[in-house]
Amino acid sequence: MHPAGSIIVFTALSGLGFGMLFWLGLGHFTPTYWTGFVFFAVAYALSVGGLLASTFHLGHPERALKAFTQWRSSWLSREGWLACITLGVMGLYAAALVFAGAWLAPLGWLGAVGSLVTVYATSMIYAQLKTVPRWNHWTTNVLFLGLSLGGGALLTGAVWPAIVLLLSTAAVQVYAWRAGDQRLAESGTDMATATGLGGIGAVTAFEPPHTGGNYLTHEMVFVVGRKHARKLQNIALILGFALPVLLLMLPSSHLLALLAIGLHLAGLFVLRWLFFAQAEHVVGLYYGKR
Amino acid sequence: MTDLPTSTARKLGLVIDLDTCVGCHACVVACKGWNTENYGAPLADKDAYGAEPVGSFLNRIHSYEVQPANAPAQLIHFPKSCLHCEGAPCVTVCPTGASYKRVEDGIVLVNESDCIGCGLCAWACPYGAREMDPVENVMKKCTLCVDRIYNENLPEIDREPACVRTCPAGARHFGDFADPESNVSQLVAERGGIELMPEQETKPVNRYLPPRPKDEWAKDAEIDVLAPLLAPVAEEPKGLLGWLDKALERL
Repeated sequence: MHPAGSIIVFTALSGLGFGMLFWLGLGHFTPTYWTGFVFFAVAYALSVGGLLASTFHLGHPERALKAFTQWRSSWLSREGWLACITLGVMGLYAAALVFAGAWLAPLGWLGAVGSLVTVYATSMIYAQLKTVPRWNHWTTNVLFLGLSLGGGALLTGAVWPAIVLLLSTAAVQVYAWRAGDQRLAESGTDMATATGLGGIGAVTAFEPPHTGGNYLTHEMVFVVGRKHARKLQNIALILGFALPVLLLMLPSSHLLALLAIGLHLAGLFVLRWLFFAQAEHVVGLYYGKR
Repeated sequence: MTDLPTSTARKLGLVIDLDTCVGCHACVVACKGWNTENYGAPLADKDAYGAEPVGSFLNRIHSYEVQPANAPAQLIHFPKSCLHCEGAPCVTVCPTGASYKRVEDGIVLVNESDCIGCGLCAWACPYGAREMDPVENVMKKCTLCVDRIYNENLPEIDREPACVRTCPAGARHFGDFADPESNVSQLVAERGGIELMPEQETKPVNRYLPPRPKDEWAKDAEIDVLAPLLAPVAEEPKGLLGWLDKALERL
């Protein structure tokens, strides 16, 4: 799949933002007044900024509000609703902390659950697609949630939860990469079933429908990422997980925390780029590109 | 709503005969022509005469080589357009309700004024039936020429999809799959029409007729393929040629 910048920014930043809101809502750390303002401002900048970035991916962003209508069937629509409800609930919770110094625990817990469900809905946009076997798996949900919660813990200074979550998410990520390489073959969809000609003999693509590319080949038959995939995976593991955890183990300081967050963010962008670039859409079979 | 209808009164769709298709691309041209001049945003091209031309098409013809175990390879032309699936995954993922499946005839359509151009429906389709228009930025797909098949301003013979109407080989057939007596249902029953990617559970309406088995030369039989052409036309010459033949023999 084509790794569109706006979608990478959307999933990475909004995931981090809702992860922060989860930990702020849970109440292990309830910053008030100016400190509270800074933490909630960062969380909202990430979550709302990510959601806004997603609109740059749209052909007609001026019609984006129509996306709230189909929550009964569409995960994309549900994600929009859940994000807005969660941001609303957490807005009230944040206002109480920032302006009155009051901790409204039940409201925070509601917002924490909302944050989790929102990230789950984001992950389902991808995990629901049978057409992309690598995504159509529970690891997609677990990775989105793990990265969101781990990154959120990192950003809210929850040191031990951050270490545990980042390490376990890294383990799931390694498994997802290894197992994901086989998933297209295991899906049962191949050129034989795509063309229905497998009963006659071995099918190979002889001639594409046209000499140039098209929307399908540009969007879903993206192959550039394969060449350096292994190296990028190692870079992502080091930047996103290993170095931040190492820095968290050192005596705490704001500078080290900031460095850990920066490294994690860089690793997260590499991870998300790979998430799209490595995903094989079955339509590529029709073009003999799988 | 983008919920799928539990059932549709009719199931309109195409039967595509892979035995007959000659790969001339006439259906591609007819489709592009009709759907550029009629319903919806025109099917645009970008950089049409440049180095990297792209454009939206609702119908494309692939060609595949199939190598049987003990027979010569076959070349099969393979037209592909929307299969108007009963379990269309492109419809349920749509966040705006722009994509829908009609209850009355099962045609899957896009309401272009509601489409936000997010592209998720194209991701959900395993067949590559949907393409984003490069100029209008809305999703385009086969409408089964919904503006032809019910169009009373057209002569009756033209009230079928442009691709079917134009096919010079008669490789495309249009009809109602819900009616077991229809031309398409009969063809599917007779020729063993197949679904593409059944394991994706999209329940496509369109069916493909597999190529008929090829003739095989009898094993060990000595056959001169030119024999019928080389056989003498007249075994016994008659008349002047007959006398000449006998006279020359005697010399």
